[in-house]
Amino acid sequence: MSNLTHLTIAQALKSMDKGEFTATELTQAHIEAMAARRSLNAYITETPELALGQAKAADDRRRAGTAGGLEGIPLGIKDLFCTKGVLTTAASHILDGFTPQYESTVSANLLKAGAVTLGKLNLDEFAMGSSNMTSHYGAVENPWKRTSDPAARLVPGGSSGGSAAAVSARIAMGATGTDTGGSIRQPAAFCGITGIKPTYGRCSRWGIVAFASSLDQAGPMARTVEDCALMLNAMAGHDPKDSTSAPMPVPDFAKALTGDIRGLKVGIPLEYRPDGLNAEVLKVWEQGIEWLRAAGATPVEISLPHTKYALPTYYIVAPAEASSNLARYDGVRFGLRVPGTSLDDMYKKTRAAGFGKEVRRRIMIGTYVLSAGYYDAYYAKAQKVRRMIAEDFRKAFETVDVILTPTAPSAAFGMGENMDDPVTMWLNDVFTIPTSLAGLPGLSLPAGLSSDGLPLGLQLIGRPFDEETVFKVAGVMESAAQFTAAPEGI
Amino acid sequence: MAYLIQGETGDWEIVIGLEVHAQVISNAKLFSGAATTFGAEPNDQVSFVDAGFPGMLPVINETCVEQAVRTGLGLKAAINLKSVFARKNYFYADLPQGYQISQYELPVVGEGELLIDLADGSSRAIGIERLHLEQDAGKSIHDMHATKSFIDLNRSGVALMEIVSKPDMRSPEEAGAYLTKLRSILRYLGTCDGNMQEGSMRCDANVSVRPKGSTELRTRCEIKNVNSIRFVQQAIEYEARRHIEVYESGGTINQETRLFDSGRGETRSMRSKEHAHDYRYFPDPDLLPLVVSQDFVDAIKATLPELPDDKKARFMAEYGLNAYDAGVMVAERASADFFEAVAKGRDAKKAANWVMGDFFAAMNSGDYSWEKPPVSAANLGRMIDLIEDGTLSGRLAKDVFQFMVAEGKDPAVIVAEKGLKQVTDTGAIEKAIDEVIAANPDKVAEVQAGKDKLIGWFVGQVMKSTQGKANPGMLNELIVKKLKG
Repeated sequence: MSNLTHLTIAQALKSMDKGEFTATELTQAHIEAMAARRSLNAYITETPELALGQAKAADDRRRAGTAGGLEGIPLGIKDLFCTKGVLTTAASHILDGFTPQYESTVSANLLKAGAVTLGKLNLDEFAMGSSNMTSHYGAVENPWKRTSDPAARLVPGGSSGGSAAAVSARIAMGATGTDTGGSIRQPAAFCGITGIKPTYGRCSRWGIVAFASSLDQAGPMARTVEDCALMLNAMAGHDPKDSTSAPMPVPDFAKALTGDIRGLKVGIPLEYRPDGLNAEVLKVWEQGIEWLRAAGATPVEISLPHTKYALPTYYIVAPAEASSNLARYDGVRFGLRVPGTSLDDMYKKTRAAGFGKEVRRRIMIGTYVLSAGYYDAYYAKAQKVRRMIAEDFRKAFETVDVILTPTAPSAAFGMGENMDDPVTMWLNDVFTIPTSLAGLPGLSLPAGLSSDGLPLGLQLIGRPFDEETVFKVAGVMESAAQFTAAPEGI
Repeated sequence: MAYLIQGETGDWEIVIGLEVHAQVISNAKLFSGAATTFGAEPNDQVSFVDAGFPGMLPVINETCVEQAVRTGLGLKAAINLKSVFARKNYFYADLPQGYQISQYELPVVGEGELLIDLADGSSRAIGIERLHLEQDAGKSIHDMHATKSFIDLNRSGVALMEIVSKPDMRSPEEAGAYLTKLRSILRYLGTCDGNMQEGSMRCDANVSVRPKGSTELRTRCEIKNVNSIRFVQQAIEYEARRHIEVYESGGTINQETRLFDSGRGETRSMRSKEHAHDYRYFPDPDLLPLVVSQDFVDAIKATLPELPDDKKARFMAEYGLNAYDAGVMVAERASADFFEAVAKGRDAKKAANWVMGDFFAAMNSGDYSWEKPPVSAANLGRMIDLIEDGTLSGRLAKDVFQFMVAEGKDPAVIVAEKGLKQVTDTGAIEKAIDEVIAANPDKVAEVQAGKDKLIGWFVGQVMKSTQGKANPGMLNELIVKKLKG
């Protein structure tokens, strides 16, 4: 029974259907594993009793023959999703004691499919970060170790760092993530798992604490491409409560994993190969290209000329929206309130105490770029560049079916590294941000190990609402990569 | 005819533009399903969206869009098939999201026009700059606790139409006429109840002055949230005189927001804002651009009621009313409907006189409304018919009218019950005259000596003896014949 936590979601579903074990046993195994690996700090809130109750109900439904698509599968929920009756923090001090009376659409969809929720996963505060170092609830540790320096504690990436670490450490079979500029894909790469940011509008944003509304998108993180597809089947769908959610049917993504990619054209963007790109990252990328060629696809060099403007564009658009989205955390109705001598004084004290440094930095940037006299030079211009970046992709997809790039410029780094200068940290998302700005689906899967024994990820980018092609190609790459490595001691 | 204020240095002209916030009539708020009824218990009509809870998202209420388009069409304005919602960012305790969702660069309704009716019977077109949809904020209540403010979010998220005029008005009277007409149109359309006391229609006035003959636009001041038409006019008058005084004593006017103190009849600068607001408008990323089809607009156009201007023109043409009477009749849709019901098939001028005279007087004298009028249109009409067929004299009709108000009965029933039928029998009238003549020989002599003024006295005496029932025309004729004949 001890290896139940090592199963994939697909395997566990089959086994439970055959009666080999129950959801309760599977959940219990995860609860024990969570307790054993609490030092990773992956969960902000564990909900074992809730999980066991859900597992029992799942077992009942399976016996009754009414099992859903994820019946009895224990998952972790990023603590950016509002969960009814369960503390929701966004990893921020300012949401102290906030227990929603409502369930986000995505987590509600998972529950409807029979999923068991183990708890709320740690993240960068308000999803702002690439290392999970900005959480008010402390850093999350990556379960992977450098072979050269096993004592060094590494970051899991961010912002969905708790999600990636938990899935990698086998203390959740899968997890929800959210991705604004790479927050699913970069931590998935750092922790050696698979994660997909679907097309903007594929999953409802209702009930997810907003960071940057025009970029935020929920997605699954799991250990296989198929598991991600199964989770996304449940998570996706039109939601009338989110005006930006797409009124489109949701295909069965798992069915897309045919293994046949013959004749597909795979774009290899020149601009993702800057001088000084990490040699090991380059090597994995080239390996990936070879796998696809071997499977009958055709690599095609493409150009995405506005790529270099993506990072600055993102760091105008995202903070601008965030500065407005985070205005509601004012100490008036919920969460932290630090009393003051006047309303303005209360605002200042509450927000100064409640928000961490990175969040404050982005609120200030966002406020600045929207200010009278600066709006046209920054926000309006950034929106124009954003359209040009999307146009680059649109043109590229006239000739190719999918695009392959590295996910991140390096493997996981150590806690405390990249902290001197915010821009160094922001560069982590240089390969994921263009996709976010264009609203396209992007999937990261583990493709190999660095010389220091750390996972490296590759990213597949698809046409809008063509997650199926992305999954199909990812499935082929997953088979070719045979990535069976797991963190030490797991 | 221009309205000018005489200053020490010469005559000054006032330049006025008005911004009206009109609460949209709809069952639910602009972006949430919460109800909008006035007068509910505090915080009883608040959804998580209205309270700005984490993860909540706005979804546009189609009814509100329809109402805005309907209003735009009523103002003969251009409808923008694509418009954009933007966030207006500022912090206040009754603004839960920390921003108001409004429309900034692309409003749903563009330029239009409104015809104002002035007291001298003339009309003038005032330009409409734009109409946009926006959310209302909640309400802060500062007087219930020594150090704390209470917040009521019932109003938070309620749909408002901000209707902005061009700076086309030149006098307080014109501003008043604009508001009266706008309110009338909104009520005709059923898009806003126009109730200024309850705050469902609020007005900000932008006022500046300039020397007569000048075409410059000087610095304006905005007087916020004035809650009656009379106060708007007072505030404008006060503010204009203040500007003139400042200019004439060599000072300058600073652009600022001012409050009108209706108790003292003056405007004053709002508590100086330590920080000038920078609202950081940007398109709301939670909402897609609002796109409406021409078919949607056309469908609304097809259901527009006849509006006051058209109705007024028709009343003048069809019923021969003068501009003033027609204007009074069409001010409210209900009064126009009432008038038409009375006037149909009858002498329209007489109908108008009865509606505007005795009927309006009765309306104002008690607890009446258009839903519960003092006399029904059908009964008033039948009463006029009784005058026409000679059953009632005008004088008797006034009595019958009072009985109708008191008893609500059909006028014919009242005539029968009270015996109020006019006497047109020559013999009966002659008999009554003869009695009066017989009793007053001295006065008869005076008349016959040429004191014609006394004829009226005789008429009065006969009327008295017949309890007012004698047909006045016949009575006059017979008396003259008998006395002077």
